[in-house]
Amino acid sequence: MAKTANSVLVDMTRCIGCRGCQIACKAWNERSARKTVMYGNFTNPTDLNSDCFTNVRFVENGNGKTPVWSFVKNQCLHCQDPSCASVCPVAAFRKSDEGPVTYDYERCIGCRYCMLACPFEVPKYEWEKLLPAVQKCTFCAERIQDGLLPSCIKTCPTKTMFFGKREDVVAEAKRRIASAPGKYVNHVYGIEEAGGTSWLYISSVPFGELGFNMDVPKVQLPGLTWSYISSIPAVIGVVLVAGVGSWVVTRRNEVKEKEGGKEDRP
Amino acid sequence: MKTNNTGNDIRMWTPATAAMVLVMLAGLGVMVYRLISGLGASTHLNDNFPWGIWLAVDVLGGVAMAAGGFIIASMVYLFNMKKYKPITRPAILTAFIGYLLAIVAIIMDIGQPHRIWHPAVMWQIRSVMWVVAIHVMLYTTTLALEFSPMLFERLGWHGAVKTVQKIMVPVVLFGALLSVLHQSSLGAVFLIVPGKLSPFWYNSKLPFLFLVSAVMMGLSMVSLETILSARIFRHPVDMGIFTGLARALAGVALFYFVLKMYFLVTGPGVAAVFSGSMEANMYLIEMALSVILPLALLLGTKMKESLSGLLFIDVLVIAGVLINRLNVGIFGLYRHNATNGQTYFPSWMEFAVTFALIALAFFIFKMAARHLPLLSSETASEH
Ligand code: SF4
Ligand code: SF4
Ligand code: SF4
Repeated sequence: MAKTANSVLVDMTRCIGCRGCQIACKAWNERSARKTVMYGNFTNPTDLNSDCFTNVRFVENGNGKTPVWSFVKNQCLHCQDPSCASVCPVAAFRKSDEGPVTYDYERCIGCRYCMLACPFEVPKYEWEKLLPAVQKCTFCAERIQDGLLPSCIKTCPTKTMFFGKREDVVAEAKRRIASAPGKYVNHVYGIEEAGGTSWLYISSVPFGELGFNMDVPKVQLPGLTWSYISSIPAVIGVVLVAGVGSWVVTRRNEVKEKEGGKEDRP
Repeated sequence: MKTNNTGNDIRMWTPATAAMVLVMLAGLGVMVYRLISGLGASTHLNDNFPWGIWLAVDVLGGVAMAAGGFIIASMVYLFNMKKYKPITRPAILTAFIGYLLAIVAIIMDIGQPHRIWHPAVMWQIRSVMWVVAIHVMLYTTTLALEFSPMLFERLGWHGAVKTVQKIMVPVVLFGALLSVLHQSSLGAVFLIVPGKLSPFWYNSKLPFLFLVSAVMMGLSMVSLETILSARIFRHPVDMGIFTGLARALAGVALFYFVLKMYFLVTGPGVAAVFSGSMEANMYLIEMALSVILPLALLLGTKMKESLSGLLFIDVLVIAGVLINRLNVGIFGLYRHNATNGQTYFPSWMEFAVTFALIALAFFIFKMAARHLPLLSSETASEH
């Protein structure tokens, strides 16, 4: 599945920070606008929320005289083995064969374990609603099914995003880094992070300086909980054997004691 | 004759009971408000802090407190330690109450309370949360069965009592199995957040640490409530039971201490404890209350020979393990969750519900002591 699933390369050197993707996403997904305030930088809104599936982070770097601006398009990375899907007790989140990690509101009980488990803090909650849904980027799953590009990619004036099958996308990322020596840092974010994601990034500025989570484990996180769950049958066996064993032994001792007691009596 | 077994002489209205009822009524009001207005209106939870005290205290703490039920039931029915028979019923009742309250807290906490049954039919065996949900359902049913003889006896249904007593051993074994898995599964919930939970608490054996600390908490709870009910309801209880529980507690606490030290040394390192960071201080408080002080008092002083001394030690352990659950559920994640500026401090409504559930626990226990054959049993008098 993983190799043929759809994938995206975000080439951050091409992004001009127009936020067209942010608007296209809001329009296509019919998310309402929210009043925001300026926090002293141009990232707006500062974080994803239940009405904002993608935002563009504006990061100012450069220790020399000229500031260097980077623009980071931010959304669900559609992990190949997503934590959000593995932790969901009712399988509301699923990784589809086409690539998108999708959400089924009708199943969701609202435990919010997905929000805790996602290594990139992507799922957001409709806190203000009585019966809230978890919200996040859908990878425009329906559009993909109909053979259309995701809304943000369709809109982008600079072709910042390259859409294709994952192996082609990974190859393209490596090709771009190799063909322009010195332009990119030699790292494709998302090949190893969280065990591999469907959205990948290349950049001319080190990822750590752009607010990417560099501590995210390089393994598929669901393996951590699975190693526990898969040990449950063994635990069941041990407890049953120990429980039945001690019951049998202590009963026998009791019977012996009683019999011994009787013999002692005159 | 059966009425002799119940505590009809217990006074219904005392100032403490009146206070409990007030706290419960306030909490009930808040719960109704939460159900008609939603989580955003009633809690301070937010996108960076999806879990708060309802989860950390009411669910994680409540379930840990319930561990006494399976421990005492196993000791009596599986290990045949007859000495503890008189406290089996209070222990099982506490566990039953603990789980019922955890369920109320879960209903309050999840965003879609009316879908609480979904995990029963929508399976996802890779999810620890699913495992937890199934355990809560099965174990609460099991506890209801273990508890039922008290009710049947009171109602005079002696046939039903006999039937349940006959299957008690397998029921207790099943309950012990579910408890072991459930206590550890609550720790396993946090295995998926290695980058988020502070290394003071994150390690691959978190499930086992949850189980062992729940055993400590369970033993302390049983000891505490037996001491309290012996005092308040003036029931004489054999001192050997308390010293036995204290000895067990000392053993488990010593084991837990060794485990915690092992994970401290192989994890963040001993020096990190004294770094003065918020996590380090919370870790110190937790360790002091949950194991270091109790162990020192149990092993080094004569405190275990007096009921007041034991009561003090029990309170320390219960508070310490509760802080451990708070540390894992909130404080250990705080730094990571607060990186982009959002913070979390529970709303007064979150506190109100938490206090109401605790008051409800005491209230149910008191009512049970008053109306059910709780502190002695038919079968105990057989011997
Ligand atoms: S980034 Fe988070 S929400 Fe998106 S697929 Fe991965 S775990 Fe799920
Ligand atoms: S909040 Fe909903 S989608 Fe997220 S883990 Fe819980 S049930 Fe699944
Ligand atoms: S539309 Fe393209 S260029 Fe504009 S902000 Fe989005 S990714 Fe960047």
